[in-house]
Amino acid sequence: MNYSPPAIDYVAIAPMIVIFGAAIVSVLVEAFTPRSVRRYLQLLIVFGSLIAAAALIVINASTRVVTAGQAIVIDGPALVLQGAIVIIALLGAALMAERSIDSVGDAFASRVSSLPGSEEEKQFTQRGYLQTEIWPLTLFAVLGMMLFVTSNDLLIMFIGLEIMSLPLYLMTGMARRRRLLSQEAALKYFLLGAFSSAFFLYGAALVYGYAGSITFPEIAQTVTSKPGESLVLMIGLGMVLIGLLFKVGAVPFHQWVPDVYQGAPTAVTGFMAATVKIAAFGALLRILYVAFGGVRWDWEPIIWIIATLTMLVGSILAVVQSDIKRMLAYSSVAQAGFILIGVAAASAAGIASTMFYLIAYGFTTIGAFAIITMVRDAGGEATNLATWSGIGRKSPVVASAFAVFMLALAGIPLTSGFVGKFGVFAAAIEAGMVWLVIVGVVASLIAAFFYVRVIVVMFFAQPTDQTASVVVPSAFTTVALAAGAAVTVILGVVPQPVLDLVANADVFIR
Amino acid sequence: MTEIVPAEGIFALLWVIIALPAAGAAILLFAGRRTNSWGPILGVLTVVASAVISVLMLLALMERPAKERTVVQNVYDWVFVGSFQASFALQLDQLSMVFVLLITIVGALIHIYSLGYMSHDRDRRKFFGYLNLFVAAMLVLVLANNYLLLYVGWEGVGLASYLLIGFWQHKPSAAAAAKKAFVINRVGDVGLSLAIMLIFVTFGSITFQDVFGQASDASEGTLTAIGLLLLLAAAGKSAQFPLQAWLLDAMEGPTPVSALIHAATMVTAGVYLIARSNAIYDAAAWAATAVVVVGLITIFMGAIIGSAKDDIKKSLAGSTMSQIGYMVFAAGLGPIGYVYAIFHLLTHGVFKAGLFLGAGSVMHGMNDNVNMRRYGALRGVMGVTFVTFMAGYLAIIGIPPFAGFWSKDEIIHAAFERNSIIGAAAILAAGVTGFYMTRMIAMTFFGKKRWEDDAHPHESPSVMTIPLVLLALGSVFLGMALLFWGDIKDWLKPVVGYESVPTPLPTSFYIAVTLIVVIIGAIIGWVMYARRDVPIEAPTGNALTRAARQDLYGDAVNDVLVVQPTYRAAEMITTFDNKAVDGFVNWTGTFVGDLARRLRRSQSGFARSYALSMVGGALIVAIALVLVVLS
Repeated sequence: MNYSPPAIDYVAIAPMIVIFGAAIVSVLVEAFTPRSVRRYLQLLIVFGSLIAAAALIVINASTRVVTAGQAIVIDGPALVLQGAIVIIALLGAALMAERSIDSVGDAFASRVSSLPGSEEEKQFTQRGYLQTEIWPLTLFAVLGMMLFVTSNDLLIMFIGLEIMSLPLYLMTGMARRRRLLSQEAALKYFLLGAFSSAFFLYGAALVYGYAGSITFPEIAQTVTSKPGESLVLMIGLGMVLIGLLFKVGAVPFHQWVPDVYQGAPTAVTGFMAATVKIAAFGALLRILYVAFGGVRWDWEPIIWIIATLTMLVGSILAVVQSDIKRMLAYSSVAQAGFILIGVAAASAAGIASTMFYLIAYGFTTIGAFAIITMVRDAGGEATNLATWSGIGRKSPVVASAFAVFMLALAGIPLTSGFVGKFGVFAAAIEAGMVWLVIVGVVASLIAAFFYVRVIVVMFFAQPTDQTASVVVPSAFTTVALAAGAAVTVILGVVPQPVLDLVANADVFIR
Repeated sequence: MTEIVPAEGIFALLWVIIALPAAGAAILLFAGRRTNSWGPILGVLTVVASAVISVLMLLALMERPAKERTVVQNVYDWVFVGSFQASFALQLDQLSMVFVLLITIVGALIHIYSLGYMSHDRDRRKFFGYLNLFVAAMLVLVLANNYLLLYVGWEGVGLASYLLIGFWQHKPSAAAAAKKAFVINRVGDVGLSLAIMLIFVTFGSITFQDVFGQASDASEGTLTAIGLLLLLAAAGKSAQFPLQAWLLDAMEGPTPVSALIHAATMVTAGVYLIARSNAIYDAAAWAATAVVVVGLITIFMGAIIGSAKDDIKKSLAGSTMSQIGYMVFAAGLGPIGYVYAIFHLLTHGVFKAGLFLGAGSVMHGMNDNVNMRRYGALRGVMGVTFVTFMAGYLAIIGIPPFAGFWSKDEIIHAAFERNSIIGAAAILAAGVTGFYMTRMIAMTFFGKKRWEDDAHPHESPSVMTIPLVLLALGSVFLGMALLFWGDIKDWLKPVVGYESVPTPLPTSFYIAVTLIVVIIGAIIGWVMYARRDVPIEAPTGNALTRAARQDLYGDAVNDVLVVQPTYRAAEMITTFDNKAVDGFVNWTGTFVGDLARRLRRSQSGFARSYALSMVGGALIVAIALVLVVLS
């Protein structure tokens, strides 16, 4: 049997190669360089490779190819989503690089393998060791996300999913403070993530059984050419969907979200809340539109149901949260529901509006979590809403920025959130889904309630002796926060350049 | 059809009217403490400059023939996605012109008044920043040439109103009131956003020009739906039944705010929306009828609440609800009413602003006490306030030749053109207005002194009384000026349409009956509150009074209809997670149960139930897909 290696367009996948190479080097740096220089080398590698990848994506902007033997596709949506992932990962990395907020050092356990509360842990902390293992993990996670949105077959998609997820499970468990909570979250995330991966794999097997191929274009061909509908195909599709809906945090696959968001170090929470959503929705869009576009009448109802449940449950449960990280977690569940409206539209406008929403949401989320890292009391981050009362009077600038993020998440005009919501709603209405949009509007009404509650607490409540203080961060966090706030406002006031960008990239090639 | 004229000459400055207060807000709010000394003055100047520009525009507009009075200026393309296009484009026509004048001129007077009223406040700079923000947002609202930009202004005024209601953060009641206003307004906003969606689907455009041009092509069912959704929006912003509950609490804000936002301008945005969308209501009779009903209910609710409150500002707030009810009511009457709705809106904006500022002046002299039972006999010590307040009083109850007479009388007459029963109801409500306003002046300026021991009432400084005098002049003359000199009917006719229908009886008859009813109401009020002693402790009162003191149970209704269901749903979902899912675990002995038990041992309290709920979700997905295939 002759084996001829598939032709690979190395230029098209250069951004991924850069990140992959950087991740490998980063592991080597971790292993072979002295502790004193590690941080500088790692920061150089991480920021350098992310910036290089972003530049390569820009250079590749007009590339539209299927490469690596149908396995990888670089097209408009892939480039836009990769770009968004890389840039938001830059901001996320800036949050993780912060070392002047916590007086002990950074936000990560000095040695993750030491038992919480043990003598070993105490020694490591006393010696002032700070770890840098977070960096290779970050790079691998970014690589997984980039692969996830460019995969053109079920197997590569699964590999992307796992490359993305495994580092994130570890990063979740790395918090310096409240380590048990963090480790518990990591374990839960891992168990449930593995569970959802199993669904995905099983579904992929069933789809292969039906279509005789794992590449999306061939699946699409079989799906449209075979007459009638098949139970095998539908159950396979359902299982694959579950794997992806788990990653975006859609109801009823959402329950890990609050625990993980709360337990993970806040910088990591911000990073993954923003980027995983982009990557997973990118994959969801591609699989639904490319492979199963021919049977969209079959999967649309299930997306309606999930979107409705997600918006309502997320919004309603967020109302009763008293912890700000948990509230943002439920809010992210609700936002996933809104984004699903764009997915359900199953049109070019649906792709464009979903991508715009993801970009808008990513920057807002990073900014919001950046502020959470800065609001602290004696026990570390003060995430109880009660400790935020009156913060607006002590630190008006930071509180105003947080208010902008809350208003954006609530979808108030002249913020990115408004344009994003309007885009997905308009796409769904053009596709005739008026009821779904009505549910969306009602859910956003409920959601406005808890976003506004935070603003009330910050500005209209009296500071008490429990009120946390806002720590002045170094340039890392400041830049991430400023970028998040600036993009949130700019995408609300002059969204047209980005709207054009996503509108010119709304076609999946096969 | 009127033609659209590009913005040239003075109209090239259209965007500047908005940009000035917006820049003022930005400077005051972002430049921080260093602007403390000159910031308030800057805030005042920006609005005064906008007022001057808008007066110049009025003069320029009047020189043009009626057909060429619609000016459109495209500032920039805001959101262009596929067939959906929304520009940041401003439209100045006869309708927006009168609103711009009201907002900038009354706004400027209230800014000036605030220099005195807020002179002791630590956060004065922020206050003026928020006020400027409000003026800018309100101008966006009335100058937008499409529904989406209108929505931007709509949310902007909501935000500014929210910030200003909660301005005195040290009062928990103010914070609660602010939140309530925001949340109730969001209910209305849902109506507006759905209406915009529906308009876009129906007409393929959201600019006023396109939508109204094709309004008659759409089906009546669609138009009715749009009309009802817009009515919901208007009810939220204008505190109309059933979304009225926030306005009374909004009086927690500083008094100039109550005057500007919660009497003269923002709360009339709903009337603007309905009048602007007249083409839709003209083609949707049911929606228009709903507007009339909502207006009529609110006229009475507001009047009853205004009659029972002892808090002077809340009594005025009830009165505002009632008077806006008149405007909404008039707008619902169709082409016979739009013009008068706007006419009453303008006169009301002026005299109610005067009344509120007068109330503020009284409070200023009485240590911020708002309880009218502790006022009395103030006419002697606060001469200017008393005289200007009386001008507003005579205007609101509709005594000729004061401003309110002309506008309210026209509304009542228009009501009779439509239907005698609603006309009679409008007259009756005018009588109640006479009662509660007389009660207010009797308790405040007449009768015996019932002051607190430490109260030393005094007249306010001239920076406060001069705006009072100017507004009082408006209360006296504005009605006549607009009707006879400004010819408001002809002015607005090209935008909102106008027609007149003969009534069964001559006009003078309705005027006479209205006046008699108003005077009877006033006499009852005078006898009850000026001739008899007013007890300092409020008597228990009858059932209606007690209900009115509770804002006619508006809060209770909201609680039952909105707040409780939300909380209960949250509780139910939580319970379902905790009980039902766990219960299922205990009940089933399957693989999932085993897995769940194993997961429980791995230190996580609930991972088992999470996994189980995923299985449940998977079943739902699978069943739904199978059903789709089988069906």
